[in-house]
Amino acid sequence: MAKTHITMKVNGAEVEGLAEPRMLLVHFLRETLQLTGTHIGCETTHCGACTVDLDGKSVKSCTVFAVQADGSEITTVEGMANADGTLSALQEGFRMMHGLQCGFCTPGMIMRAHRLLKENPTPSEAEIRSGISGNLCRCTGYQNIVKAIQYASAKINGTEFVEAAE
Amino acid sequence: MIPGSFSYHRPTTVADAVKLLASLGEEARPLAGGHSLVPMMKLRLATPEHLVDLGRIASLKGIRRQGDRLEIGAMTTQHELLASKEVADAVPILHEAALLIADPQVRYLGTIGGNVANGDPGNDLPAIMMALSASYTLTGAKGSREVAARDFYQGAYFTALEPGELLTAVSIPVPPTGHGYAYEKLKRKVGDYATAAAAVVLTKKGGVVENCAITLTNLAETALFAEAAAKAVIGTRLEPAALNAAAAAAQAVMSPASDARGPAEYRKHVGGVMVTRALTRAAARAT
Repeated sequence: MAKTHITMKVNGAEVEGLAEPRMLLVHFLRETLQLTGTHIGCETTHCGACTVDLDGKSVKSCTVFAVQADGSEITTVEGMANADGTLSALQEGFRMMHGLQCGFCTPGMIMRAHRLLKENPTPSEAEIRSGISGNLCRCTGYQNIVKAIQYASAKINGTEFVEAAE
Repeated sequence: MIPGSFSYHRPTTVADAVKLLASLGEEARPLAGGHSLVPMMKLRLATPEHLVDLGRIASLKGIRRQGDRLEIGAMTTQHELLASKEVADAVPILHEAALLIADPQVRYLGTIGGNVANGDPGNDLPAIMMALSASYTLTGAKGSREVAARDFYQGAYFTALEPGELLTAVSIPVPPTGHGYAYEKLKRKVGDYATAAAAVVLTKKGGVVENCAITLTNLAETALFAEAAAKAVIGTRLEPAALNAAAAAAQAVMSPASDARGPAEYRKHVGGVMVTRALTRAAARAT
């Protein structure tokens, strides 16, 4: 099948490549652009490990064709650090709160939490939990992921993060 | 999992999309949010030779109030439905149901048109549209026609859509102020299709049910309009006997499959429970 020339802006940089129509966005990111931070988990739209930000939407990049994203703006976990290379509030939250164990779900969790906090900078615990309900973690039981997002929310809003008593 | 090969088309007008579908024939499929079709293609359960992506057709987007109806473009996403104050105010059952579809990422791309047009008995919005007496605009090479949601579904994945036709809009008559509504969905986990679900839209006058529509999700080959169940509660104050009669009448039209969500008898049982819960919650909301 003929390949299509596509362009997109990924983590602020204009990129281009050739993609067969059936090529999934996650494969274009990982294989063509060599951005392997986005993980492939279930490949069945369930686990959320492949979540990226596409034109202001959290999407599972295993369920979008690369050609659909032609002309779009994409952010992956590689684009999440601050401009000076230091950790962003969310990344710092995952580090400080032990929001990961094996780390496989983390890129998807961070990208989903990124959009969640853009839309709702001060989410309640229930809003965080429903906000990440499309992302599976098999290690943590989610407790520390929720705390990591609360930490980031506090830092972004300049308020003090108070860890809830257990 | 890699889908089979296909040619990709990206029209920017409905006219071009319809023309493409007509000329490419039966091996072409329209692509909306893709969250039913793409997984099926990855499993090679669907192997279209052509995909006609509707994602760049601006006229298929948007939510507009027109008189006593809410008109929603087919490519409006579930995320956009949830963000719409118009939907939350005028048709709150649609807001309630959209929140129960899949998960946030799926809702950013999943569309109202895809959800109602696919004919999947597990999809939530067909029952909602049937409960609301909504209608669909179907557009083909020869023009457009309106089909009532209650007449649209013929079997699992079989609908009134003719080859080459696209579902382009959903039109919902806004229910009266003070109506009661509820969508009760039993599912195994977040993101799952319903084990059983029931939608209720009703009005009350002096504490008595005046009008009522009851519909069911994933309890037969299509969403069901449970007419006899609604009749069982009209004119009552939803006493236990009326609730039981409605549940029994609804169960009489259910024919769920035995599958991973449970044996048929269990699904019929919880289907009846969903009906009584939805009726009770809807009545409590009605003024």
